[in-house]
Amino acid sequence: MAEHGAKVLRVCRAVVGPVDAEDAWSETFLSALRGYPALPADANIEAWLVTIAHRRAIDVGRARSRRPVPTDTLPDRPAAHADPAARDPDLWTALGRLPTKQRRAVAYHHIAGLPFAEIAELLGNSPDAARRAAADGLRTLRKHYREDETA
Amino acid sequence: MNTNLFDALATDEAATLTRLHQRLEHDANAADVLDVAYRTIDTPVGALLLAATTVGLVRVAYDVEGHDAVLAKLADAVSPRILRAPARLDTVARQIDEYFAKRRTTFDVLVDLRLTDGFRRNVIEHLRDIAYGRRESYAAVAAAVGSPKAVRAVGTACANNPLPVVIPCHRVVRSDGSTGQYVGGPLAKSTLLDLEAA
Repeated sequence: MAEHGAKVLRVCRAVVGPVDAEDAWSETFLSALRGYPALPADANIEAWLVTIAHRRAIDVGRARSRRPVPTDTLPDRPAAHADPAARDPDLWTALGRLPTKQRRAVAYHHIAGLPFAEIAELLGNSPDAARRAAADGLRTLRKHYREDETA
Repeated sequence: MNTNLFDALATDEAATLTRLHQRLEHDANAADVLDVAYRTIDTPVGALLLAATTVGLVRVAYDVEGHDAVLAKLADAVSPRILRAPARLDTVARQIDEYFAKRRTTFDVLVDLRLTDGFRRNVIEHLRDIAYGRRESYAAVAAAVGSPKAVRAVGTACANNPLPVVIPCHRVVRSDGSTGQYVGGPLAKSTLLDLEAA
């Protein structure tokens, strides 16, 4: 399970930003340890972890919205131990500006590598809609993220 | 195609994951979902894998046994909730260090013998009574557990000792005085016997 830690961290960072990502990651793996014994032997562990990360990210997001902190942009406060180099404000800002479904679709497809059928289940839409959300999100990201050199 | 775009998400990843793993180790322990904790320790007989349940030390494994394979078996036999979590193994790791430094002759740790049962378990229990620096023949062990003809089965039980070094199957030797087989290889066995004889 540990071998998927890096990818889950990237997904969490993309979905909830670098600060809350650590809470989301921890909650994801703790939930995973709880549920692991019930997992079928042939299950795709990574996809399973991403679906847990999806739910934990929603939880973390809800917890944040209950806190009296204005959050119309991604939080810019430093994490207790975070290395400033770990945060690229441009990418976080660009990701944070995406509509939620687009941001998640981008994370689950382009970072986690989930097929659109599974992403649609997470997002509660159709595979086509998930595909469009990922494509639209990536296009907007490329436009706004100045460091993008892949185009 | 998007590797460059999302590279920033991987910045500082190793340090963050190390920190997160420590946090998970702590949280999992607190939440009682850490069924098997493990770590490795460097010794004169190579890297040893140490694994403990909440009951006690459940497995010590030599490099030649394949640590990944041993962990996979633990996942099957005990629980898949396995985490590298050194804290639970601090005491036994320190005692093993002291043993190899010749500052310790007995291990004082709780053990979990769930990986062995029946005749093999009887043998393993008896091995714990063979004192530091002493040797006992396979035949003598067979006699001690009440099955004098089961000399070969004693050898098999020793080869399947879940806690080598800590439970001294290395002190069981052939009747002719030669050291015989060992789960960690013959060289590891003679290293341990020489250490205790010195």
